[in-house]
Amino acid sequence: MIELRPVDRVEGTAVPLRGNNVDTDRIIPARFLKALTFDGLGAHVFQDDRTSMPGHPFANAAYAGASILLVNENFGSGSSREHAPQALRRWGIQACVGQSFSEIFLGNATTIGLPCATAPASDIEALMAAVEDEPGTPMVLSVRARSITAAGRTIPLSLPAVVRDSLLTGQWDATGLLLSEFEDVRRVASRLPYVKGF
Amino acid sequence: MGQTLLQKVWDLHTVRRLPTGRTQLFVGLHLIHEVTTPQAFDMLRRRGIGVAFPERTYGTVDHIIPTLDQARPFADDLAEQMMSAFERNCREFGIRTAGLNSDWQGIVHIIGPELGLTQPGMTIACGDSHTSTHGAFGAIAFGIGTSQVRDVLASQCLAIDPLKVRRITVSGDLGRGVYAKDVILEIIARLGVRGGVGYAYEYGGPAVARMTMDERMTMCNMSIEGGARIGYVNPDETTFAYLQGKPFAPAGGAFEGAKAWWRTMASDADAVYDDIVEIDAGAIEPRVTWGINPGQSVGVTERIPDPGMVGEDAGAIGEALDFMGFAPGAPVSGTAVDVAFVGSCTNARLSDLREAARVARGRKVAPRVRALVVPGSKQVLQAAEAEGLHEVFQEAGFEWRGAGCSMCLAMNPDRLNGREVCASSSNRNFKGRQGSPTGRTLLMSPAMVAAAAVSGEVTDVRTML
Repeated sequence: MIELRPVDRVEGTAVPLRGNNVDTDRIIPARFLKALTFDGLGAHVFQDDRTSMPGHPFANAAYAGASILLVNENFGSGSSREHAPQALRRWGIQACVGQSFSEIFLGNATTIGLPCATAPASDIEALMAAVEDEPGTPMVLSVRARSITAAGRTIPLSLPAVVRDSLLTGQWDATGLLLSEFEDVRRVASRLPYVKGF
Repeated sequence: MGQTLLQKVWDLHTVRRLPTGRTQLFVGLHLIHEVTTPQAFDMLRRRGIGVAFPERTYGTVDHIIPTLDQARPFADDLAEQMMSAFERNCREFGIRTAGLNSDWQGIVHIIGPELGLTQPGMTIACGDSHTSTHGAFGAIAFGIGTSQVRDVLASQCLAIDPLKVRRITVSGDLGRGVYAKDVILEIIARLGVRGGVGYAYEYGGPAVARMTMDERMTMCNMSIEGGARIGYVNPDETTFAYLQGKPFAPAGGAFEGAKAWWRTMASDADAVYDDIVEIDAGAIEPRVTWGINPGQSVGVTERIPDPGMVGEDAGAIGEALDFMGFAPGAPVSGTAVDVAFVGSCTNARLSDLREAARVARGRKVAPRVRALVVPGSKQVLQAAEAEGLHEVFQEAGFEWRGAGCSMCLAMNPDRLNGREVCASSSNRNFKGRQGSPTGRTLLMSPAMVAAAAVSGEVTDVRTML
């Protein structure tokens, strides 16, 4: 039986990661993909950036324990490695809020029940500034309300209805759904010329 | 109102609209490799689910395999474990593979087409972002993550949302020494690395119509570098001629039947696009990246940008130049290189090796430059050796390796050391991409890589042809 776990509220502190086009090779360098499970990936999030960039947010003790990741544009571009959202989640991230996400990263994150919501640049800047000023600023992200509340202010978030519903109903893991009407799958397969033969 | 190829393929493969609002899309061909699948098979085992259509999945090994010493067990124990797990999983679930000892082994995006597994009108998914390559055949092909690999194994379907289509029309003639790689680098530079998010890119126009399948694959391969998860070219006679006689392509009378159907699986003349972009191929020169994403490229006669001269991108340019250690405003030509790499799913097909060999023939790799040529597949390797290309490369001082992903992403022994600069025919110049956290990658065509290898610095290949 597949466990259906709804995802709604994420409460905690945030870690701000400034910059556009942060690619998945940076989130989790390829050498850490040489593994049979996703376990242990959390320790290697941004490993090379952390070691080469003093003050990298993921190396900053002030942001340790954060559960919300704040990013700018096109976060998660590049490789389709699911290891990227898996590593972030294992580090402790339970939701991402940014200006935009790369498509494959977004699909992977959604498939593992990690909400990625978007907001305009000015709102992201305000959230980042708030948490940089006061790293322990508590935040509450609501999937249901599509909002994030921090420092007494509630900011609306964009999250496609499809994604929101799948998170709230626990159907972010699609396997069960995809198998639930299997006769339909067989019907489509049987009408494809390259399946039935030319 | 006419339809695009994307709409036609999408409609044909739609199983139903899921209660969540997504489309349940049937996947006609599922390609797998050793890196993004072990967790997917484990999830199936834990849930007691089998593979729904094992005959619609095909596997090979590419990312982790050494290109020098392929004796088992591999020296790298983790690589050996992944290899063994892949072999065990495919055996247990009844999935066909081109394994390490098969003459069909190679980079997954190279073997799919050369085996004729990749065909027009299909939906194709693989746990690798460069799956967009297969769009060159008029397939709708895209990369997925490991949990989605699990979904395809379990149900042959994905829960997915539709995309918009941007038509990119390339007119004019490519100049001598200018390749499909330069066209796609130009497109990404113009539209940006996130310009394609939410879109499939349809490449067409006279210049694309004249391209070989190898060239079209290079274009489609890098669609994802422009943010577009899917890139495709409408199938035509060039496509059909390529597929005829391939091991998994329809044969005999069935091939004619297939061709008739394939012809219908193309965008209609009056198809409506969400966006249209026009590119003049005649204005493109060989391109070189100078930064840390594939959108940061210039023509080989141009200069590296100066953040002081550019408004809103100044921060990104500054960050890239800090990492690369390049002077703002310096000519990109003349940039010294330490390593030259001809390989990857972007540019390791026979025609790529031929173009690199044209430059290498009768010349020598510059002192202190480490140069390697890594064919994309065993079939490419054998065809190249039959023409004597390996001897051309070896006489020039290039290493001639076994087929695999090699230094494109360095999940195997091939990698950069320290701050080495690599002239590379691969697809990504991200920080750390080639295995050294401080290593630096300059993306360019295979011919340009060969030119850089022999001159020891970025050189306009047009002066050497």
